[in-house]
Amino acid sequence: MSVKITEKDDVTIRFAGDSGDGMQLTGSQFTNTTALAGNDLSTLPDYPAEIRAPQGTVAGVSGFQIHFGSKAIHTPGDSCDVLVVMNAAALKANLKYLKAGGIIIANVDGFGKRDLSLAKYGPEDKPLEQIQTSGYGLIQLDVTKLTRAALADTGLPPKDVDRCKNMFVLGVIYWLFSRDIKVTQTFIEKKFSRKAEIAEANVLALKAGYAYGGATELFSERFSVQAAQIRPGTYRNITGNEATVIGLAAAADKSGLPLFLGSYPITPASEILHGLSKLKHYNVRTFQAEDEIAAIGSAIGASFGGSLGVTSSSGPGIALKTEALTLALMLELPLVVINVQRAGPSTGMPTKTEQSDLLQAVYGRAGESPVVVLSPESPADCFQMIFEACRIAIEHMIPVMFLSDGYIANGAEPWLFPKAAELPQIKVSFAPPREPEDAPYLPYSRDERLVRPWAVPGTKGLEHRIGGLEKEHGTGNISYDPDNHHQMTLIREQKRNNVAANIPEQKIEEGPESGKVLVVGWGSTHGSIKAAVNELNAEGLAVSHTHIRYLSPFPQNLADLFAKFETILVPEINNGQLIKLLRDQFPAFTFHGFNQVKGTPLPVSALSDAIRRATNF
Amino acid sequence: MVQKTASTNGSTPALKPKDFASDQDVRWCPGCGDYTILKQVQNVMPGLGVPRENIVFVAGIGCSSRFPYYMDTFGMHSIHGRAPSIATGLKTSRPELSVWVITGDGDALSIGGNHLIHVLRRNVDLNILLFNNEIYGLTKGQYSPTSHEGTVTKSTPMGSLDHPFNPAALAMGANACFFARAMDRDPKHLNEMLIRTHQHKGASLLEIYQNCIVFNDGAFEVYTDKQRRSDTALYLEHGKPLVFGKEGEKGIRLDGTRPELVKLGEGQWSESDLWVHDEKDAFKAYLLARFFEDNRHEDRLPRPFGVFLDVERPAYDEIFNRQIEQAYEKKGKGDLDALLAGEETWVVK
Ligand SMILES: Cc1ncc(C[n+]2csc(CCOP(=O)(O)OP(=O)(O)O)c2C)c(N)n1
Ligand code: SF4
Ligand SMILES: [Mg+2]
Repeated sequence: MSVKITEKDDVTIRFAGDSGDGMQLTGSQFTNTTALAGNDLSTLPDYPAEIRAPQGTVAGVSGFQIHFGSKAIHTPGDSCDVLVVMNAAALKANLKYLKAGGIIIANVDGFGKRDLSLAKYGPEDKPLEQIQTSGYGLIQLDVTKLTRAALADTGLPPKDVDRCKNMFVLGVIYWLFSRDIKVTQTFIEKKFSRKAEIAEANVLALKAGYAYGGATELFSERFSVQAAQIRPGTYRNITGNEATVIGLAAAADKSGLPLFLGSYPITPASEILHGLSKLKHYNVRTFQAEDEIAAIGSAIGASFGGSLGVTSSSGPGIALKTEALTLALMLELPLVVINVQRAGPSTGMPTKTEQSDLLQAVYGRAGESPVVVLSPESPADCFQMIFEACRIAIEHMIPVMFLSDGYIANGAEPWLFPKAAELPQIKVSFAPPREPEDAPYLPYSRDERLVRPWAVPGTKGLEHRIGGLEKEHGTGNISYDPDNHHQMTLIREQKRNNVAANIPEQKIEEGPESGKVLVVGWGSTHGSIKAAVNELNAEGLAVSHTHIRYLSPFPQNLADLFAKFETILVPEINNGQLIKLLRDQFPAFTFHGFNQVKGTPLPVSALSDAIRRATNF
Repeated sequence: MVQKTASTNGSTPALKPKDFASDQDVRWCPGCGDYTILKQVQNVMPGLGVPRENIVFVAGIGCSSRFPYYMDTFGMHSIHGRAPSIATGLKTSRPELSVWVITGDGDALSIGGNHLIHVLRRNVDLNILLFNNEIYGLTKGQYSPTSHEGTVTKSTPMGSLDHPFNPAALAMGANACFFARAMDRDPKHLNEMLIRTHQHKGASLLEIYQNCIVFNDGAFEVYTDKQRRSDTALYLEHGKPLVFGKEGEKGIRLDGTRPELVKLGEGQWSESDLWVHDEKDAFKAYLLARFFEDNRHEDRLPRPFGVFLDVERPAYDEIFNRQIEQAYEKKGKGDLDALLAGEETWVVK
């Protein structure tokens, strides 16, 4: 049977099914295979908020989107070319993401009367038929029947057989995209190494799906996506939370300090706690505290004792930590505070993404409370930026806020990971022991960067007391002296600002170094902006992109960059927060915002339109 | 704070109580019970056998929580109610340190109540000194979670309505392994209790009745004044019957599970009928914790002082670090390159 194979530059596939249908596993397997085939890619899972939402309902739909190509891929894709739906609810929830003329692969067994009613289709609705007449390609598979037939001889109970449905579908998709099933086969055999019959059944289903793709007459074409031109080297796939975990372990290694994470579970930050908990043999200690305040408290206690204290949470938890954070900045101890932002305020939309805690990070505390704020721009970038957060916290004895978000945390991309030996050393200097005849130890004496010494308990002769009360410059004794407080306020501010001398300069990433429009982003909008700017550059529009990862203090050359452009556009997934900081610190420039607060990444198409409009400002 | 120079050169000479006093002026009100507590803590320090640089005092906020400033050890005056969590991070990451938590009734039982119960439940090896003056001292005299009902303060001009916390029962409820009670006005007993608190491995909670001379003067007078104290205060001693009264003429017997106050020497009851204190008996400690009747009422059970309970359960910091050792034994020292590469990689040429 010869089905025509069509070459594609890039394709977006969305897998959707009931939470129990194994769509996340299906998606991640397709991802691994795609990565090994040499494509560039970006993925995003879309989980239901409920753990076990009623089966078959729209609330229970779990999705996974992958965008891959033979060209550079920067986002998981605004919409998909192929939508795989395991039931009616999945179709209902996801049809909006399908491009005009896209292909739907539907498990017809999930479109029975009951499925339609659970998905809240009307009694007269025939969604699959309606789709066919709206210009989409529709491939109908009776997955349940086909899987059962394929596994008829295994003797497994129907429940176990039906669990293999997702592998059948994956097999079909592998055939459709001319992919090898080997990666997934190896994965299954490893995963179920202790349940040989389950492993065998899953592999059978996978192979049956692949064979079915070729045997059935349903498909009129197949696709192939060539390997991308990407930087040579060894890659792995990585999510933002995984990269954060590895970055922290790397910082422990490169500083020689034990890392102590105090944390309280919260979506979408919990994986950091989970991931680090498995790394005890990497000089990592984790403590699940009774609440977020105790979590940061324990991290501060550990830092006082000479560990690198880290605490991780999301917006609501960060709010609880603020008082303790002000203590850490008064104590001038290293501390890394991870905020994996989610849609707020209050409980908001826990599983959805947003960038709306920037002002909280920079300003949201009692008193004059300057801390350092950094933000990664992509899943893999979490590695470098959390490492930077640790380096700055230790070298400057200051709390550092790390602002990731749900999109970065759960999204994945290929990562050209470094060798341990290539990573820089983090300099740690503890105050040395002291003999009685030596000069008195001054806890709040400072070096030229205004950094105070780190004197840990157990060091002879360094007994001293620190606390949240204002201290006298130098001695650290309690002081209510007005001039001293003024001076200490300025010192703490200057100490934070001095970090700017220890971070890289800001660069233009895409487009000309000067010209009409500069798009300034931060955090997880990086991929969307880059894709939009690339697209417009290809059209011949001269627009540029710079992405700020060091948000407080800003890189020293930021104003020089701004000065080279006529119009500055600041897109954000919030109601305008970076733009407020920029307007405050760079009043000479005019900044235009582009804001969407929908709990989703910025669509490239909307962003391109906004940039295009900006060229006419 | 400037470190005062310790005594002479040569091998470490024995430290004296005054070596534990910092150079800071003590700022409590004259006559405050905190002074005696500070003095007794400084008195016991040299005898603990812990190098001074390995001792850390972590406090919350309150009059009592100023304590670390006056000790020439490592110390942290932190934030209101959170000292137990800070101390947990310190002790688990540095188990060799002797970590003391200083807290007040508001600090420990109101704003920090959550941390206190969890530190007791986990059994982190900390020595927790709860200065209970049944009032908020530092904020100038509002009622606290241990104030008795009807306490008239600035925030309760018609008398407080809340039922007070019973710290002993709270500790039992949190499965504490060590609970003891002492008072500022009995320094000798306090001294002994401080040593016991230190000796116990795991979380030790020592409640110290402390007189706030300014806002709640005399709150514990029934247990301290010469007239009444022998009838109101019951000193617990391991292995000894529960006897009190001026002439030792009263005792507590157990009628099934109900404690009963009995008169001795009247023919009906003798010492051999009494409840014999057993610090290792958690069931009995629960009962003792219930000796908490409003001390303004007549015919109450006496208020126990001394060690209620002293039992062992693995200390959190110990098992925390053992788990780390096990991870190293099982997996060897982590290889950063292996972690960076993860399970699946591919090569782009
Ligand atoms: C977050 C916070 N809330 C309130 C206060 C004000 N405050 C300081 S001490 C205190 C009560 C202290 O009472 P207690 O713990 O009994 O200590 P005492 O002063 O009686 O020794 C309060 C409410 C504070 N410092 N921080
Ligand atoms: S207010 Fe009360 S507790 Fe505070 S120092 Fe004065 S006497 Fe002591
Ligand atoms: Mg008090």
